[in-house]
Amino acid sequence: MKKTEKQIIKESTEGDYKYGFVSNIESDTIERGLSEKTIRLISSKKNEPDWMLEKRLAAFNLLKTMRQPRWAHIKYPEIDLQNIIYYSAPKAKVLKKSLDEVDPEILKTLNRLGISIEEQKRLTGVAVDVVIDSVSISTSFKEKLSELGIIFCSISEAIKKHPELVKKYIGSVVPAKDNYFAALNTAVFSDGSFCYIPEGVKCPMELSTYFRINEAGTGQFERTLIIAEKNSYVSYLEGCTAPIRDENQLHAAVVELIALDSSEIKYSTVQNWYPGDKNGKGGVYNFVTKRGVAHKKAKISWTQVETGSSITWKYPSCILKGDDSVGEFFSIAVTKNRQQADTGTKMIHMGKRTKSTIISKGISAGESNSSYRGLVNINRGAVNARNFSQCDSLLIGGRCGAHTYPFIKVKNNTSMIEHEATTSKIGEDQMFYCQQRGIGEKEAVGLIVNGYCKDVLQHLPMEFAVEARQLLEITLEDSVG
Amino acid sequence: MLKINNLHCNVNDTKVLKGLSLSVNEGEVHAIMGPNGSGKSTLASVIAGNENYEVTNGSVRFFDKDILDEAAEVRARMGVFMSFQYPVEIPGVTVSNFIKIAVNETRKARDLKKLSSAELLKLMRHNLDLLKMDHHFLSRSMNDGFSGGEKKRNEIFQLSMLEPKLAILDETDSGLDIDALKIVSSGVNSLRSEKRSFIIITHYQRLLDYIKPDHVHILHNGKIIKSGNASLALELEKNGYDGIIK
Repeated sequence: MKKTEKQIIKESTEGDYKYGFVSNIESDTIERGLSEKTIRLISSKKNEPDWMLEKRLAAFNLLKTMRQPRWAHIKYPEIDLQNIIYYSAPKAKVLKKSLDEVDPEILKTLNRLGISIEEQKRLTGVAVDVVIDSVSISTSFKEKLSELGIIFCSISEAIKKHPELVKKYIGSVVPAKDNYFAALNTAVFSDGSFCYIPEGVKCPMELSTYFRINEAGTGQFERTLIIAEKNSYVSYLEGCTAPIRDENQLHAAVVELIALDSSEIKYSTVQNWYPGDKNGKGGVYNFVTKRGVAHKKAKISWTQVETGSSITWKYPSCILKGDDSVGEFFSIAVTKNRQQADTGTKMIHMGKRTKSTIISKGISAGESNSSYRGLVNINRGAVNARNFSQCDSLLIGGRCGAHTYPFIKVKNNTSMIEHEATTSKIGEDQMFYCQQRGIGEKEAVGLIVNGYCKDVLQHLPMEFAVEARQLLEITLEDSVG
Repeated sequence: MLKINNLHCNVNDTKVLKGLSLSVNEGEVHAIMGPNGSGKSTLASVIAGNENYEVTNGSVRFFDKDILDEAAEVRARMGVFMSFQYPVEIPGVTVSNFIKIAVNETRKARDLKKLSSAELLKLMRHNLDLLKMDHHFLSRSMNDGFSGGEKKRNEIFQLSMLEPKLAILDETDSGLDIDALKIVSSGVNSLRSEKRSFIIITHYQRLLDYIKPDHVHILHNGKIIKSGNASLALELEKNGYDGIIK
């Protein structure tokens, strides 16, 4: 029997999650719930200095006065902060010096994720800082990087070893009071990455961290801080997967980028956390605040491929503070089944001749909803600022939705803004055309989607682009035929 | 190779083909002519396997195998090619990448080994030269921003790469100026062989000035009402459809 278009779409968009497995790693997990006691416990488990504990407690007090935001185009029950485990660490007693000392179960997990550290070290020259449930397991390439004065370590380590840098910059771009989830993160963040690139240094390799939520019911609250000194360059990759769980897991991360004069930070994300099942049960709630500040002639570039999570609430933003600074945002957001994504960016133009580019590609399938929400804010002083925005939506089937909320505020008359938006459907005619050339349904969907995403994919680092392309194919066309 | 017997077909519950029969042997070129709405393009779509067309009766056999239950891609891999009247745009997918996948999927189905990118590129360049087409074609997005002539030439280029046993050209001449028509026709003529048959669907005789058919059929109201040799097309040109249909 021939398949109808509906069947094909159904099959090709309801593929099962491939990364769903639970590792049997012994964990050190604290009780559910959030209180001052929890925060003191986290801080003491991490041997933090008092100033950090004070920051956490101040954020917690702030949090108590705040409410969960409701303005996004997403639906979910109020998150019960008392029903979450805030700290879970693999029971590793001492810090590992080499991979041989790492729990073989953890290595197995990594291998199943397709990211053997050894392979990565050897073949791609990527220094990987693997975070499984909140604590850094191994940091490779550290020595090589330290020769250049580059610091790449977990944020916990940085708090202890480089307090002057952390103290100066943490919360400077995303203060705790910024929003509910930023306050929550500041209060309870468990771990994350820290990068510091000294003046004039071009980081010779892509820095990469793989995050992974493993313990059932654990929220992962990472905190990432990247500082690029004058005339420096760094490209940072972040990839995420989580095993299948019925409970919704809360993930509220904060990422801060500081790009000082004439430096460049490129931040790429591939996020494929568990999106929940066909009926919308389970899945990761992903509430993330990512923001960077670009000083004079500096450039910040966000590239993201978001295919996972049941809810995505994420707006990687650039504050273009210095004259001639540049902000870029390239995004692919895929939703299927009952997934919901409300994502976009903010470009805040403050400096003269600041430039920003936004390219957003939304793909919705099944009964999912995907929204682009963006703000281009050009302040009075940002004379001759320029922005180009392109927001495209691709619909697969007739039961999904795509929405675009572009906000533009311009306070001077020398700036130039361009905005383009399209909505299209994978048409029967495109499918038939491909099939008539001998290309099967599955390959055809992959081909059309990858073509549609090309403008964004080309901004990803090479190895990552290959992975992202495969991920798009797995996400949208798995289990056909 | 192709045997169509008493084919009935509905489009959106309207009867379009009403008992069409046609037989094509290897290496033959058949022209199907008819007024608008006679069912010409429907015939092409049904042979190619477009699921919007509901076959209610009759059979289509390709090398003695009934293909009506086969999916479009399976028919394509068996050697059925259709040049679209309106080729579809696929933004972001380059011509070379599209053809690479199409050729290798087809070869896989025929138990042939995959061609490497280098082998394919060489072949693509060779065929582009034969069709007097620019190599830059390969790096452009499929039909995206192509002129009418470029789209049709891209169809013929794919035909040359996929090497089908049966090629159906659906109104390939529509929207072409005389120069483009000449280029496309000479491309088609260079692809004629003893093993490859063509069904040329056209409204006008002028394409047949360049591609000489062995047989000409007049389609009217869902049936072939008259068949003959190339001279039938000329007669049609002189007297119009009215003169033949009466």
